[in-house]
Amino acid sequence: MIRFDNVSKRYPGGFEALTNISLELEDGAMAFLTGHSGAGKSTLLKLIAIIERATRGQVFVDGQNVSRIRRRRIPFIRRKIGFIFQNHHLLFDRTVFDNVALPLIIAGYRHQEVGRRARAALDKVGLLSKERLYPITLSGGEQQRVGIARAVVNKPLLLLADEPTGNLDPELSREIMDLFALFNQVGVTVLIASHDIALIEQLDYPVITLDHGRLLHTVRASA
Amino acid sequence: MNRARSNRRRSPHHWSESLRRRLSPRTWLLRHAQVAFDSLGRLYRSWVSSLMTTAVLGIALAMPTGMYLLLDNLDRLSGSWDGQASLSVFLKAGVAETAAATLAGQVRSWPEIAEVTLITPAEALEEFGQHSGFADVLGALDENPLPVVLLVTPGPGHSDPQSAGALLQKFRALPETELAQLDLQWVQRLAAMLDIARRSVMVIGALLALAVLLVVGNTIRLEIQNRREEIVVTKLIGATNSFIRRPFLYSGIWYGVLGAGVAWLIVEISFWLLAGPVQHLAGLYQSNFALQTLPLQLLLLLLGSGIVLGLLGSWLAVGRHLSAIEPS
Repeated sequence: MIRFDNVSKRYPGGFEALTNISLELEDGAMAFLTGHSGAGKSTLLKLIAIIERATRGQVFVDGQNVSRIRRRRIPFIRRKIGFIFQNHHLLFDRTVFDNVALPLIIAGYRHQEVGRRARAALDKVGLLSKERLYPITLSGGEQQRVGIARAVVNKPLLLLADEPTGNLDPELSREIMDLFALFNQVGVTVLIASHDIALIEQLDYPVITLDHGRLLHTVRASA
Repeated sequence: MNRARSNRRRSPHHWSESLRRRLSPRTWLLRHAQVAFDSLGRLYRSWVSSLMTTAVLGIALAMPTGMYLLLDNLDRLSGSWDGQASLSVFLKAGVAETAAATLAGQVRSWPEIAEVTLITPAEALEEFGQHSGFADVLGALDENPLPVVLLVTPGPGHSDPQSAGALLQKFRALPETELAQLDLQWVQRLAAMLDIARRSVMVIGALLALAVLLVVGNTIRLEIQNRREEIVVTKLIGATNSFIRRPFLYSGIWYGVLGAGVAWLIVEISFWLLAGPVQHLAGLYQSNFALQTLPLQLLLLLLGSGIVLGLLGSWLAVGRHLSAIEPS
């Protein structure tokens, strides 16, 4: 699902965030991406979501070389990816339902289909009863779950999460991780960037460790 | 490298897959209607600023529309004389009516003449008395002071200003002529002035159209800045540029439509205020001339201009500012 071939990323100004990264995450795998802050976790996720482009090497997502992809094709790659952010990135002027339905509307689903799928996703994260509320009225954990519902509503092949439990207490964090595991069980490839070592160690998944932009050991995560 | 290339070859399949789920025409229309309605709702939610923008657009659109309409009315007023050049030839006081009739007969045979009407002093006096209300005063005169007049209509091909001018010279050269004048002159002068005014309206109209474009563009630019976060999020979720562009373009269209509506109101109210005084003035000239308000064609043109300018303005803003917003 994800493959990095000798990828380096140097930002304008000369800072090299990633150096010579090679890794592979097979279809249906789930792995953690960890390292100290500034180790390059976010940059690695950004290369997958084509928010940044590799300076050297190649990044493949679902078999497509995204480091060379044309700009106008980027949206179609991103529709295969569900992205979960630490600060949720919810739209606060829309209801929970409208937030979750947005990817479906973007992808052009029919009206009835949008309602059905969005409610199914909300049901999965246990927030169906709150579909009419505005995100601002929800707790941090609930907001994160809305973010997750939005990320999975489109049935993406790949889930990327950048510090999804950053602001949550351990119990809520565990709940969120269990949710990811649930999606992984139905075949979604999951990659979670986190520096919550204690939590990661509780779970039995491959760990990709970055240190100053370098991979500590070569990784091949399979399902 | 080889593997990379083979992967690339696979990609068209993937694109067609994502394209196949493209919308059916019905869903597409529904989606557009939804976005259009949503954009209107957004304008309504911030109705104070929307109202102010719309008022500015309305005034900018009303100015050229109103001026054009005013000119159109003047044009209509002068139109009834347009092209019908005629010459009034006043004969010397000593020329008798019989001599005048002979002269009229001669003139009638000139090739450039279509018609000659002889107005005797008695006829002229009667007409003057009727129209001026001085009939009683005129009756008190011992003798008719009015001369014999020949009303000359040039034939087809001789009523343009140059030929009519030549004809005028020919009449002035006749020994019987006291005074010959071209009645077309003031119409021509008015037409020339109207031409200048029309050109000015065009210039002003173009400038105000540019103003509408800039106002809409700037409003949409602010809107884009306000919704920056939303644009970033939708881009991350996989929205295409056209999806992101759409609500802003509809906002531009709505601004155009609402601006045109306000302009229409302004013009109608102004003309309604003018109608009374104009009718009074026309009454003084014994004319039943009445101001014509916006005809349907002009109304549609106004609406069309509003839509096109609004769309164009938002398009410019969107083109310049949307591509600059990328997730980071």
